[in-house]
Amino acid sequence: MQPIIELTHVTFSYSAAPVLEDINLHLHAGQFAALVGPSGAGKTSLLKLILGILSPLHGDVRINGQALNGKQAPRIGYVPQLETVDWNFPVTVEQVVLMGAVRRSGIWPWPSSRERQHAQAVLKSLEIDHLSHQHIRNLSGGQQQRVFLARALVADPDLLVLDEPTTGVDMRTAENVLHTLGHLNMQGMTILMTTHDLNAAAAHVPWVICLNRTIVAQGSPEDVFTVEILNKAYQADMLVLRQDGMLFVQQKPHGHSYHTLVPNPVPGGIPGHAMEITDGLPTPTISV
Amino acid sequence: MDFLLQPFQFEFFRNGTLAAVLIGGLCGMIGVYIVLRGMSYIGHGLSHAIFGGAVVSYVMAWNFYIGAGIWGFIAALLINQTVRRTKISADAAIGVITTASFAIGIALISRYRRFTRSFDAALFGNVLGVSQQDVLVVAGVTAMVAVLLFFCYKQLLFTTFDSNVAQVYGVRTEWVDTLFALILAATLIVSMQILGVTLIAAALVVPAITARLLTDSFNRMILISTVLGAVTGFIGMYLSYYVDVASGASIVLVQATMFGLALAISSLRHRSAQRLIHTHI
Repeated sequence: MQPIIELTHVTFSYSAAPVLEDINLHLHAGQFAALVGPSGAGKTSLLKLILGILSPLHGDVRINGQALNGKQAPRIGYVPQLETVDWNFPVTVEQVVLMGAVRRSGIWPWPSSRERQHAQAVLKSLEIDHLSHQHIRNLSGGQQQRVFLARALVADPDLLVLDEPTTGVDMRTAENVLHTLGHLNMQGMTILMTTHDLNAAAAHVPWVICLNRTIVAQGSPEDVFTVEILNKAYQADMLVLRQDGMLFVQQKPHGHSYHTLVPNPVPGGIPGHAMEITDGLPTPTISV
Repeated sequence: MDFLLQPFQFEFFRNGTLAAVLIGGLCGMIGVYIVLRGMSYIGHGLSHAIFGGAVVSYVMAWNFYIGAGIWGFIAALLINQTVRRTKISADAAIGVITTASFAIGIALISRYRRFTRSFDAALFGNVLGVSQQDVLVVAGVTAMVAVLLFFCYKQLLFTTFDSNVAQVYGVRTEWVDTLFALILAATLIVSMQILGVTLIAAALVVPAITARLLTDSFNRMILISTVLGAVTGFIGMYLSYYVDVASGASIVLVQATMFGLALAISSLRHRSAQRLIHTHI
């Protein structure tokens, strides 16, 4: 079967030192994958190569079997990092969402009634149709994320690419975003996202690609989130916990810094709570 | 009434006013894209670059509009390509390319001292020199720009909002940038005679930022900025006749006054909104 994303021996650099080296990556239709790795690992650069914003120094990038040559962009829905968006730009939610339909819209400056209906349907499916005339600055973090997801979906993409969709939003919003992505994937959408939230990736994403300049490992979270692989990718002491069928990943705190960071005990303790320390790590327990 | 209509008996004033209204509207229209792209300095820089082109056109005995136009277009393209392909930011690219172009003009003026043409008008604007033919050229460029902005509305909006993402969604952003460079060069050339090199930047930026203070809607921003540019062009020309000051300076001062008013309105609105929130808490 033809992969949707196909990178063969891809190397990329901004200057002399390569940011990405000999990347071989295949992602097939219907997959939901998370690209993880430390800051500076090349995650965003890899996304930009897939999106055609950057060109590889060596190697080949193909989307749906097509080489990216800038002439015929494949149908990709892209959700950029929220922090790159100009929130003061004078546009409404509906205008942003309709930008996603630019490829197949007519020559008139106003949207057709069909485009408008499609945009409204997507907004409704994401439960933000009541915000369509709001300025984008007036939205909460979760609503902003859903607006850009709606813009991507209006394009009827073959592939959905998201750059850190859970960064800058609270835990509940991040959970909702990942739940929505999981739902879209169940409907057949191929999704690739970058994230720093390893625990969220472990809980919601079935395929993980661990990157640090080169692909360190890829597979299910169970296979990739091991101490050996994570230590190699993050160049740090990582801790992997398994409890009730769930995976938790944490970087081990430095032994000396933990003691300096713990506040002095409150006389009498915090009512209802006690802190137990095991192996240099604090373990919160609830005393009844 | 006769007193008010008095300036219109002069052909130069009628031509100048018509040109100022058209140029005001034109600069207001494209100023929105310039301000929202964060390239407010480009009008200032490119008008200086075009001055260099105007001097070269004169020395080479080329037609002013064609020579200076091509020069300005190339300068705008060079700025775009430098920003796209290097780590240099837009303001730095504008600074290097346009001042170098301006310096060529100055070098040529100082080298060939026997100039029969005064470049004062190009620098500070001169309404007396506006002929009917100039008005026709301004009208033609205004109509062309309005048509292009109308039909490329979606592509321009998306590219202005986020150029990289627009490219992913299939917008040919390089073409959009090239088209915008052409529009900008044409606008600056026809504006030079009325406003002068030194004041074009203000005419491009002030109506747009005034409109931005008054609205959060892109479409309304374009409308307000265009109307404001045209109206201030008319008032500025009218005042320049009675106060006897350069037309460009008069127009820009009226625009600056409008900006001050908009700033005051916007601050008052903000304060009353905050007061409303406090009373509800």
